[in-house]
Amino acid sequence: MSPEYVRQLSVTQGQLSKPPGFWFKLHIDPILLGALLLLTAGGLFILFSASGQSDSIMTRQSIYLAIGFVVMALFAQIPPRIFCRWAPWVYLIGLGLLVAVLLFGTGAKGAQRWITVPGMASVRFQPSEIMKLVMPVVVAWFLAKQAVPPPFKAIIGTLLLVAIPVGLIAKQPDLGTSLLVAAAGFFVLLLAGLRWRFIFGAVLLAIPAAYVMWHYVMRSYQKQRVLTFLNPESDPWGAGWNIIQSKVAIGSGGINGKGWLLGTQSHLDFLPESHTDFIIAVLAEEFGLIGVLLLLAIYAVIIARGLIVSAKAQTLFGKLLAGSITLTFFVYIFVNIGMVSGLLPVVGVPLPLVSRGGTSIVTLMAGFGILMSIHTHRTLLGRTT
Amino acid sequence: MYDRDTLKDHRREVKIFKNRIILAAFCLVLLTGLLISRLFFLQVIQFEELSTKSDENRIHLKPIPPTRGLIYDTHGLLLADNKPSFNLSLIKERIKDLDDTVKELVKLIDISEEEVKGFYKRLHKRRAPYEPVPLKHDLTEEEIAIISVNEQRFSGVEIEAQLVRYYPQTEPFAHVVGYVGKINERELKKLDPQQYSGMRSIGKIGIERFYEEDLLGQVGYQEVETNARGRVLRVLNQQDPKPGVNLTLYLDSYLQQICYEALAGKKGAIVAIEPKTGGILAMVSQPSYDPNLFVSGIPYNTYSALRDHPDRPLYNRASLGEYPPASTIKPMLALAALDLGVREPSYKIFDPGYYKLPNKPRLYRNWKRGGHGWVNLERAVYVSNDTYFYDLALNMGIDDLHDYLTKFGLGQRTAMDVAEQRPGLIPSREWKQGVKGVPWFPGETLISGIGQGYMLATPLQLATATAVVANKGKWIQPRLLKSASGEIKRELPTAPESIKVSNPAYWDFVNESMRKVVHDPRGTANYRIGKDLQYTMAGKTGTAQVVGIKQNERYDAKKLKKIHHDHGLFIAFAPIENPQIAIAVVVENGGGGSSAAAPVARQVLDAYLLPKLAEQRLAASKPE
Repeated sequence: MSPEYVRQLSVTQGQLSKPPGFWFKLHIDPILLGALLLLTAGGLFILFSASGQSDSIMTRQSIYLAIGFVVMALFAQIPPRIFCRWAPWVYLIGLGLLVAVLLFGTGAKGAQRWITVPGMASVRFQPSEIMKLVMPVVVAWFLAKQAVPPPFKAIIGTLLLVAIPVGLIAKQPDLGTSLLVAAAGFFVLLLAGLRWRFIFGAVLLAIPAAYVMWHYVMRSYQKQRVLTFLNPESDPWGAGWNIIQSKVAIGSGGINGKGWLLGTQSHLDFLPESHTDFIIAVLAEEFGLIGVLLLLAIYAVIIARGLIVSAKAQTLFGKLLAGSITLTFFVYIFVNIGMVSGLLPVVGVPLPLVSRGGTSIVTLMAGFGILMSIHTHRTLLGRTT
Repeated sequence: MYDRDTLKDHRREVKIFKNRIILAAFCLVLLTGLLISRLFFLQVIQFEELSTKSDENRIHLKPIPPTRGLIYDTHGLLLADNKPSFNLSLIKERIKDLDDTVKELVKLIDISEEEVKGFYKRLHKRRAPYEPVPLKHDLTEEEIAIISVNEQRFSGVEIEAQLVRYYPQTEPFAHVVGYVGKINERELKKLDPQQYSGMRSIGKIGIERFYEEDLLGQVGYQEVETNARGRVLRVLNQQDPKPGVNLTLYLDSYLQQICYEALAGKKGAIVAIEPKTGGILAMVSQPSYDPNLFVSGIPYNTYSALRDHPDRPLYNRASLGEYPPASTIKPMLALAALDLGVREPSYKIFDPGYYKLPNKPRLYRNWKRGGHGWVNLERAVYVSNDTYFYDLALNMGIDDLHDYLTKFGLGQRTAMDVAEQRPGLIPSREWKQGVKGVPWFPGETLISGIGQGYMLATPLQLATATAVVANKGKWIQPRLLKSASGEIKRELPTAPESIKVSNPAYWDFVNESMRKVVHDPRGTANYRIGKDLQYTMAGKTGTAQVVGIKQNERYDAKKLKKIHHDHGLFIAFAPIENPQIAIAVVVENGGGGSSAAAPVARQVLDAYLLPKLAEQRLAASKPE
């Protein structure tokens, strides 16, 4: 044993001094679980109103949430090393699914995002959502083997790992998801201590990259979204409608809100996609600033807990993975609220665990399962070593 | 387990990672702060503004158009009605394939290419989402049935019902009643948008235009809650519309019809006024058109055919047509001469067939070659001697001539409620200096004395002046409106002052001279209409030159093109003892007043008076 390794153990020793409790044995983190239950319960409340009190939507969402919690609990049982070991294979399967989407996918509005499970016509899922989870795992796996900060070769490798699925998702086309998947990968890189000169270099490179994106990559409808974002009043009946109406919904909620089920913007159909991407506007309209701040508080608890898990993780893989999952989770929230409130262009990002949507819920909950796993399997590491 | 080779500098790794996590946490706090401040901005600072917008979104004022007031003739016959009409309208947002739907509809019912073009034109104008756009107006019952049967096949295809104007009496009344048409861009700028919300048409000419304000009524409102697709979910409040005022006119549709037929195949106009009330009994301009064509937008081809027709059917000759009044003004000038003391009734001149100003070579001819010989004032009227009136006008001077004729309403718009009126022209020194920039010449006074030269009058003005003569100077403004079902908001002009003369017997003189025009064997109208008249009629013929005849030439209708033929004019009132109708007839290019216009007037007066006289006789013969 090298002295360093001994010191590493001694560092962790302090954290392990506490005897593992009941939840620890179940590999469940009670704080995270409590916050998630609170969040999803609140989310159902809002969805009930946003969906126009639709029983079928509520039932489906409840089922997805239930599945989500089960998946979370299952993932929590799997020790991090298993994720690490399986990472490259899952990644390859994910890539395969993305290729399959492009070949046989189904979808709406000119985009192919879904795969229907063969023989089960009603079961379909979005491989790009799964990639949101696979991406931090595989990059963490890759970078955990490298030195810190990662050497140049490792950076190139990471970029390749990120670029392939991101490119495939962008081709569906699904700009929002591809950016989020890319973010999940880059967060690992940043947390792994990517040197500042690379970060600033990337920022400088972003300018010509943006030019290339605008002229060669982005579809006209995506450009339209950006243009509309810059000036929503230019097309009040068309693309600007969504953002104008969601701002009206949020603003008219005021501090206290109009009351549950009393939001006129959503109930009279002025607010588009009120039960999916724009659900926060329903919350803001009906529960006001207080409601939104409460929601943000719950999110803050979840994110803070995620960062603590990341900080306490024993292995670099665990740290990077937990950190990336947490930061990506925050990005969902930020981008969603930012776009609905008119801070950011509309890029189709759901509000995590509140917006309607099956695959998204299950992957997010799987992510929290991984967080719990990283947190609760420290003991095992300590004991076996 | 983990590959331990990778755990190189563990302390550094932990430190870097810790820094990065702290940095990330810092960024998260910063970005969350940004989100919260954005929400604070929207929900606290912009709260008022966005709440208002939210209410505006939700609550809409839906205008309920009022029913337009109806227009009746004096007997209660409907001249302007409202009838339900059904439009086929498409809501673009509810239709999957618009072009396909239009094609299908064209197969089902008769929709012209022009209508399809018009539809696409309207579709591309700025409009609210989910607003129906009409494809075909005025569906027949059969078409409605066809669309209804196929309703399931088309989503977003609607049949819209609305009330549209209908003119059951068609052509004879077109010029006087007028019509409503679609509100155009220019009108839209001037109109009170609130008053006209939900309205598609507006009175364009005639009574429809003059009493627009009153016929319109008051728009009602429904305060409704709508969804984003504009579908009304519930009515929060309603204010009923007030229907427009119904108008009853003095127009006698029987007489109007007679006048219209009397002018059939001719160009011209007739205006008949009841002297006691000033009520316009008939006002006809020939040729005419069907006003119903204009109601829901006239097809361009139809319109240009009407507009460019050489006979100008759209032109209201009765109140806009300006003609030289010719000899019809002679009775009025006779009155003026007597009143001013310019002429005694006994004063005679010798007419050799022309008049000559001293020291001027030009001859001013009488219409009768060879002249009338010795002529006094009365004879000068009933044989329509020009020479006498050249002399009279010269003695009177243009200033008095202008003033007197103006008192009869010539040269100005005097009718109370005729939307389209031209003022005509009674020339004066000031007018000529102002318009032509040259002084007045005595020769011009001469030809003014026979109603030629610059002088112009409309048939409406001639009828008005005749009614004033019939009333012996008492002015009653000519008017179309007899009564209304409500208060009239339109401001109405007041009548000119009545004409007072130094000796009321002058009026009898004028009456007598006009009676002789018809009843005296030498009177200009006697040969044509004076025989077997069952009532007394005072009249005056007039023949207006369209082209100047050179000094040594004679007017020969055969050598002239039809459009250069003289206009025939005739004014009359009857019965003389108790005038019930005053009339002016103008027949364009019809030739002389006695041959072209007087028989038309007789026809009209017979039709109007004979039944009334028969009625009176019947009433008188009945024992008490």
